[in-house]
Amino acid sequence: MVAITSPAFKENARTALADPGLQKALGTAKGAFLQRRAQAVANLPEFEQLRDIGRNIKNHTLANLDFYLEAYEAKVKAAGGQVHWCSTADDARATVLEICRRANARTVTKGKSMISEELGINAHLEAHGIRPVETDLGEYILQLRQEHPSHIIAPAFHLNREDWEADFRRLHTDLPRDRVFAERRDILAEARTKLREKFLQADVGITGANFLVAETGSSVIVTNEGNGDLTQTLPRVHIALASIEKVVPTLEDATSLLRLLARSATGQDFSVYTTFSTGARRPADLDGPEEYHVVLIDNGRSNMLGTEFQEMLRCIRCAACMNHCPVYGAIGGHAYGWVYPGPMGSVLTPSLVGIEKTGMLPNASTFCGKCESVCPVKIPLPKMMRHWREREFERHLTPATQRSNLALWAWFARRPTLYRAATRAANAALSLLGRGKGAFRSLPLAGGWTAGRDLPVPEGGTFMARYAKEQRRR
Amino acid sequence: MTKEAILGAIRRGLKRGPLPADQQAMLGGRLATHPRHLIPARSRLPRPDQVALFIRNVEKEFGTVERVPNAEAVPAAIADYLAAQNLSPRFPMAPHPELQAIPWSSRPLLEVEQRRAEATDQVSLQHGYAGIAETGTLMLPSAPERPTTLNLLAETEMVVLRASRIVGAYEEAWDRLRAESHDERSGGFMPRNIMFVTGPSRSADIEQTLELGAHGPRRLHVILIDDDPAALPMGEATAPPPVAVPGGPAAPGD
Repeated sequence: MVAITSPAFKENARTALADPGLQKALGTAKGAFLQRRAQAVANLPEFEQLRDIGRNIKNHTLANLDFYLEAYEAKVKAAGGQVHWCSTADDARATVLEICRRANARTVTKGKSMISEELGINAHLEAHGIRPVETDLGEYILQLRQEHPSHIIAPAFHLNREDWEADFRRLHTDLPRDRVFAERRDILAEARTKLREKFLQADVGITGANFLVAETGSSVIVTNEGNGDLTQTLPRVHIALASIEKVVPTLEDATSLLRLLARSATGQDFSVYTTFSTGARRPADLDGPEEYHVVLIDNGRSNMLGTEFQEMLRCIRCAACMNHCPVYGAIGGHAYGWVYPGPMGSVLTPSLVGIEKTGMLPNASTFCGKCESVCPVKIPLPKMMRHWREREFERHLTPATQRSNLALWAWFARRPTLYRAATRAANAALSLLGRGKGAFRSLPLAGGWTAGRDLPVPEGGTFMARYAKEQRRR
Repeated sequence: MTKEAILGAIRRGLKRGPLPADQQAMLGGRLATHPRHLIPARSRLPRPDQVALFIRNVEKEFGTVERVPNAEAVPAAIADYLAAQNLSPRFPMAPHPELQAIPWSSRPLLEVEQRRAEATDQVSLQHGYAGIAETGTLMLPSAPERPTTLNLLAETEMVVLRASRIVGAYEEAWDRLRAESHDERSGGFMPRNIMFVTGPSRSADIEQTLELGAHGPRRLHVILIDDDPAALPMGEATAPPPVAVPGGPAAPGD
C-alpha cells in the first residue's frame, strides 16, 4: 500500500500553503469544476430527486450486499469471465500478479483507478519485472514524476502547464529537444503518440470499475479520454479491479447513478465514454480481450458495515466534496497524506487504515457543510468526521493541549453561573479591545488558532444575555 | 475460502445470516423486473423534437451531425465530408448488413474495407445501434458486425445512425437491447462490450482546461438517415430535409 503521511497533516498543509507552484495550480483550477457542476445541475430540474434516488439505490444494495455480489458473480461466470475474491490488499496484489504472469505479460497498460493506488499495484508489478504504464493523461505524467494523484478524478490537479512541458522534455528524450509546445494540445498530442505505442504493446490491460451490475455481470467504467477503453479492448487479457461496494442491482440502477456521476464530477451531462464490459471476447468477435477477470476487493469495506461509517460506502468517487472544500482548495490533495483526499478521504482513510494511523484527518475540515450539500448520494460527511473526532478523543489520540483545553471548557460548562460570568467578561474585554477593528488578526494565548484565521470582534452581548432579553420581551 | 470469508464479514456487519429464501426471491424479482427510476422530463418530446434534441446535444459535445434522406445518400455525404476535412477516402467499415446495403459503388473513389480498426487507420465508419436524445449519446454494442476498435483507434470516427433508432432516455435504449439482442454465451442479452459515446475524446488533465482528441477520436461525425417519417422536422413530413453542412446547423426548423 502507499505509505501514509496523514499524521503529518499539519506540516504537510504548511508546506502546501508555502508552495508557490501548488498555489498557482490551485488558483488556476479553482472554480472551474464548481461552475461546471452548478451549470449541469441547473440544467436538470430533477437533480435533487435523483440524489435521493441515488442514496436509496446504494442503501438498498448495501443492506443486501452479500446477495447482489453472489448474483453478480454468477452472471460474470455465465459470460465467460472470472471473479477473484480478495479480502486484503495482499491478496489482490498477488492475484493480479498471478494473472499477469500466466499471460506472460511484460507490459501492462492501466486505466485510471483509485483502488489500484490503494492496493499499490504498480509497485508490486514493477518489483516482479512487469512494466505498468498509466494511460490516463494525468496519471501518465504522475508516473513519469513518480508522484501520486492529488485528486481522485483529476490526478494532476497540482501541476501547471510548465511542469508538463518540463517533464516531457526531460523524459521523452527521443524527440527533438527544441520542439515547441505552443498550446496545451501540443502536450496532449505528444502524450497520445507516446501512449499509442504502449496500448499496442500491452499484454494485459488493468482498469478500475465505477459500477458492477448484478443483473448482467457487467463492469462499468467512465472516461473522457478513451484510454480506459483502449486499455480494456486491445490487450489479450482485461483485469477489472473493483471494491465490493461498487455493485448495484440493475442497469436501471446504474443508469440513475450515472446521471449523477458526471454532473457531480466534471459538470458534464455524461462522460464521453461510458462502457459496460461483460465477459470475454465472443467466438465471432473481431476484437476484444480473450480473458476477462474481475478482482473483487474488500480491504476493509466489510468492517464499515453496521457502523456509523456504513453510509460512506455509498460514495461513487465523483470528487464533488473535494472540489467544494475550502480546506482542499487551500492545500491540495497531497497534504492529506494517503490515496483519498478531501472530505471523503477524511472519512474513508481512517476507516480503511485505522484512526491511529491517520492523525488529524477528521479535523481537516471547517465543518462548513458544503461537501454534504453537493454529495450526489447525500453522505453526511461532516457528521462522520465528528464521529471520528469522538473516537480519536476516546482513544486519547487528540493532542494534549487540545485535551486540556477541552477539560478546562468542560469544567466551566458544568458550572453555568461561573461560565456565564466568564463569557460575559471575555466578551466585554474583546469588544473593548477590538473596537473599530472588525476582526483580530492575532490574540495572546491563541496564536496557534489565529495564525490561520481571523477572529471577528464580538458584537452585542453573549448568547445567554440575548436569549434572556428575548424571553423577557415576549 | 476467501469468498466465504468476505460474505461472512458482510453478514456479520449487517448483523444477520444469509438472507431467507423469501427475501432472496424478492431481490431476484427486482433483478428480473429491473424497475425504472425517475427519468428526466427533458427527452419526453414529440419525435421531431426528440431527434432535434439528439442533434443539439451531439453538437453541444463537439460532435457533428449530417442528416441525409436515405441510405443512398450516405456515400456522397461521406465522400464530401472526408474531402472537406482533407481525410483519406480509404477506411475500415463495420461489417454490418445495413452498412453493406449502402450503394458504395456510387462513389468509386471511396475505398471501404469491412474489418476492425487498426492503429494506422485515420478514419473509421461504425454502425450506430441507437441514439439517446437525453445527452446526445450513441449506443454502440460490440458484435462481429460492430467491432469496438472502430470506436477508438482512428482520429475521425464516423457513425451511420437511422433516425428511427433515436430514443429519449437511456432506459428506452436498454429495453430495445433487451428485446432485440441475444448473447449465445451467457444466454442473456449483453454483448461483450457496450460503449456509450458522447462526443469526441477529450481531456482536461492539463490545468483543468478542455482539449479535444485525447486517446480516442478527435472528431465524431454522425450521418443520420431520416428513415422515420414521424421524426422529420415539423412541416417537412413529405419532402426529405435538405442536407446540412457538417458542423453547421443540423436542419432548418430545429
